[in-house]
Amino acid sequence: MVCEKALSHQNNHPCGLCCTTIKNLGVTLGKTEILRDVNIHIHCGDLTALIGPNGAGKSTLLKAILGEIPFTGELKFLDARGCSTKRPPVGYVPQRLDFDAGSPISVLDLFLASLSRLPVWLASPKPLRRRALDSLSRVQAGHLIDRRLGDLSGGELQRVLLALALDPVPALLLLDEPVSGVDQEGMELFYNLVSDIRQEYDLSIILVSHDLDVVSQYADRMIFLNKTVLFSGKPGDEWRTDRVVQTLGPAWLQGTSGVSRAVLANRSGLD
Amino acid sequence: METLYALVDHLFPFAWTQHVFMKNALIAVLLITPVFGLLGTQVVINRMAFYSEALGHSALTGIGIGVVFGLQNPTLSMIAFSVLLAVAISIVKSSGRTPTDTIIGVFSATSVSLGIVMLSRGGSFNKYSYLLIGDVLSITPDDLVMLGIMFLVTLLFWMLFYNSLLLVSLNPSIAHSRGINVRLFEVLFAVMMAVLVTVSIQWVGLLLITSLLVLPAAAARNISGNIRRYTAISVLITIAAGLSGLILSYYWGTATGATIVLISALIYFVTLLLKPRFN
Repeated sequence: MVCEKALSHQNNHPCGLCCTTIKNLGVTLGKTEILRDVNIHIHCGDLTALIGPNGAGKSTLLKAILGEIPFTGELKFLDARGCSTKRPPVGYVPQRLDFDAGSPISVLDLFLASLSRLPVWLASPKPLRRRALDSLSRVQAGHLIDRRLGDLSGGELQRVLLALALDPVPALLLLDEPVSGVDQEGMELFYNLVSDIRQEYDLSIILVSHDLDVVSQYADRMIFLNKTVLFSGKPGDEWRTDRVVQTLGPAWLQGTSGVSRAVLANRSGLD
Repeated sequence: METLYALVDHLFPFAWTQHVFMKNALIAVLLITPVFGLLGTQVVINRMAFYSEALGHSALTGIGIGVVFGLQNPTLSMIAFSVLLAVAISIVKSSGRTPTDTIIGVFSATSVSLGIVMLSRGGSFNKYSYLLIGDVLSITPDDLVMLGIMFLVTLLFWMLFYNSLLLVSLNPSIAHSRGINVRLFEVLFAVMMAVLVTVSIQWVGLLLITSLLVLPAAAARNISGNIRRYTAISVLITIAAGLSGLILSYYWGTATGATIVLISALIYFVTLLLKPRFN
């Protein structure tokens, strides 16, 4: 398989990842089949949105791509000539950090632990601090460097995690409902940052979301998922096929768009 | 050993260090309390207090197995069983959907009851009741060697792998995305806890072993805003509580393990009062 964007991206991509293809991927945990027959093709430089109800297997798909859980089928990372390359550097931003909010872990600690092998409890060298500060400034979070993780607001924490996922710059960025439970302002800031980052670095982004309309603003491709791929196409395409509506249910679709419409109305009011 | 004793005489020229058993106890306290301080920081962040409790209880079963097989020194069977239990819990935990505390509860109950059944056969459980509160006089030079090894292994592990351990405890998926073998570190940490708990149980006592892991780190957590401070304070508290507890228990004639834990608890409550200043 040869990547459509092969030529334009051949020269400026750091690790040669051009596209990620997923073929007949299936995940079964215990006796529960969570995903089956998933076929997805992700180009580099694209933001692909994964949309589906709770329990549709969106997070599971990300964990399979991360290599965290076993799956059947094929997951291939291809370079510009269509040859398989080794696993590219992957950045991951979880839905939330499930941790003890009183933990004495500062934002800097998180970066030190990720960037170096020098034990965090022993030293915090200046160059690493500067690097963390640079990364944080990229997402307008430089001022948070000495704060405890548990003291950050939802939006601030997600931005810190985004900064962490981008250092070092990955070829593939996985965002698992990164702004659920974040307030309006935090959400817009986060999405705008992701948009900017995509233009600045040429990386593939997979964004899991509930929010149809907001996502269709930012995504290049939309994939409806419920156990398997129901629809895959561009945001402008007519995705409201019988298959999508039947599987997800009109109520769910209306519910999501309803919320999003309010969000958009709010936004246009601000503008 | 002789040079070590001479060193103790030189550094601690007090009446209570004249006895060999107190020298042994002092060396043991100095070797093992920092390990409690270090591992405790992770136990608290990972909310593993209940888990370490289960490991402590499994020591009974380990001794039971040693007795059944007629082993002279039950320490080996204790360590083997605790490690087995620790690995079993982490495997069952990651392969199913049962809540972790339920899994730990089931394993803990099974191993305690099995241990008591084996040890109480023929009505001789009293022989083993020293395990419940521990006995600092029971420490032998051989035990000191083991504690020394434990100290070195922990320090080495903390130097090489602490960062990975911290990321795993914050979010396994992030750790995974950065190339860390999550399962390996979970199991290694569980094994380290199992070994620490079993080598310490004979002098701290089964009832209090978890407290010694949790209290100093919990106290440090109250008054720290980053990992460096957290770790340093936790280790300092364990050493201070260990030394003062040992000395006080000598003069009061009380159980050493309990005295140390009581002082740790006191420090914890002081830090609780200081907490508002650090937030």
